[in-house]
Amino acid sequence: MADLLRVENLAKRFGGIVATDDLILNIPEGELHAVIGPNGAGKTTLIAQLSGQLAPDSGRIYFAGSDITAEPMHARSALGLARSFQITSLFLDLSVLDNVALAVQAHAGHSFHFWRNARQEAELRDPARAALARVGLSARADLPASAISHGEHRQLELAMALACRPRMLLLDEPMAGLGPEESSRMVATLRELKKELTILLVEHDMEAVFALADRITVLVYGGVIASGKPEDIRSNAQVREAYLGEQEAVHA
Amino acid sequence: MSGWLSVRSIAIVALVLALVLLPVYVELGGSRFLLTLFTRIIILALAAVSLNLILGYGGMMSFGHAAYLGIGGYAVGILAHEGVSTGFVQWPVALAASALFALVIGALSLRTRGVYFIMITLAFAQMAYYIVAGLARYGGDDGLTIYKRSQFVAPIDLSNKVEFYYICLALLVGSMYLVWRIVNSRFGLAIQGARSNDTRMRAIGFPTYRYKLTCFVIAGTLCGLAGALIANHTDFVSPAMMYWTRSGDLIIMVVLGGMASTFGPLFGAVALLVLEEVLSGITEYWQIILGPLLLLVVLFARGGIDGLLGKVHHG
Repeated sequence: MADLLRVENLAKRFGGIVATDDLILNIPEGELHAVIGPNGAGKTTLIAQLSGQLAPDSGRIYFAGSDITAEPMHARSALGLARSFQITSLFLDLSVLDNVALAVQAHAGHSFHFWRNARQEAELRDPARAALARVGLSARADLPASAISHGEHRQLELAMALACRPRMLLLDEPMAGLGPEESSRMVATLRELKKELTILLVEHDMEAVFALADRITVLVYGGVIASGKPEDIRSNAQVREAYLGEQEAVHA
Repeated sequence: MSGWLSVRSIAIVALVLALVLLPVYVELGGSRFLLTLFTRIIILALAAVSLNLILGYGGMMSFGHAAYLGIGGYAVGILAHEGVSTGFVQWPVALAASALFALVIGALSLRTRGVYFIMITLAFAQMAYYIVAGLARYGGDDGLTIYKRSQFVAPIDLSNKVEFYYICLALLVGSMYLVWRIVNSRFGLAIQGARSNDTRMRAIGFPTYRYKLTCFVIAGTLCGLAGALIANHTDFVSPAMMYWTRSGDLIIMVVLGGMASTFGPLFGAVALLVLEEVLSGITEYWQIILGPLLLLVVLFARGGIDGLLGKVHHG
């Protein structure tokens, strides 16, 4: 399978801190690729550069064969690279359905339509309702986004990413702050999605990562210390020392 | 949304009826001053409606909106002074000049955020104020008297006070309808999304700058229309009409009436200007009363008058 996302020698520094260190990453079409690493390993910085929110100092990013290193956020999104946010980033004063419908609208051509009532356009509302149904939020559609729970915010995030009809999802800690029940529902939703989408998953919940990932890349101080199948990562001594061991020590 | 018999819809119907019937009351012997006062209220309500589009729906805290009142007004005044009195030239020039000014200001100021946006719009408006005050040929600081109102074809006659009142009212209602259509369109949702979370809008694929700039230009153009009307209403234009305190008045109208609501700016304009009129009749220190009143509304009624009326129904 061809690589859908290819990252070559990506580097980003903030003053003296190296957030991304000569990073190489290849994600073939259809893979769910997890990126893990201790706090401060540069996972969110990586996602920010992939989505176009941050410009790298050097290196290149290829998506579906074309160089997108210099493309702005909205252009990458239009190419099919959708991102969900670690810190929930919604339109809190709009309704749940409006939130998703805006994501649909983003990919339905330009928005210089001044007259027709957009809340009555089936072309926008139907796909939005479908995306809400996929994450199990249909019953909440007409509430303001500020009125639903944190777990539901994460699901709404996902519905918005889905509504963009992406080829690839960049998910930044979709389980963050979720209770056990909400987490397992999120894992089930992601398992469904990985059948049709390429996903890059940044996540702290190891149980979820090992349950879902086809391959895992481990970052420490912005650099890749290991990359491979879950079983290889689990048995990798370097990884155990740098990251998993640390967690086991905490749990012990 | 409330039903037809809610306090809010009754208030709206009553206000609109009162505005429509006001000239009849005046003809039947009411004070002529009422007609003058309410013509002014309607025109400034139109300006507030245009500000609400960017401030209420777009979250763009422009502190220079009165500049368009001045530009629209001076377009009429200067052309009249130069002997061009036909409204078919004056009004399009007023709108075009306002649109152009909004395009330039917007293109620069929309690259900034928060306090900087407020300051830069204020600075541009003050710059326009000083430029106009320096136009010696057109009266400078003293302003410019307009001897002939904008000429249109019969039966439109702006010097007929009742007719002019109804033209202003029709333009206000038309503008409110226009803004209502816009904010519920795809464009309007994009604008409200940008108000709510600009970063997220760009992340999901909206080039928000273009939409905000377009919105800014629409609002400026609409306010330029109010400027052309106010010049015809007072038969006079002066730099004072675009001074920054006038921009502040427009913001107060929008906030007092209820941001991001269709009728809010109308409620706000009527409330502020009628209060001003009534209170200044009681004492010359009327601002001491008005100030705390506004403070109460801002502190305890976030949705302004419109929001309060909505609550009465639910409570």
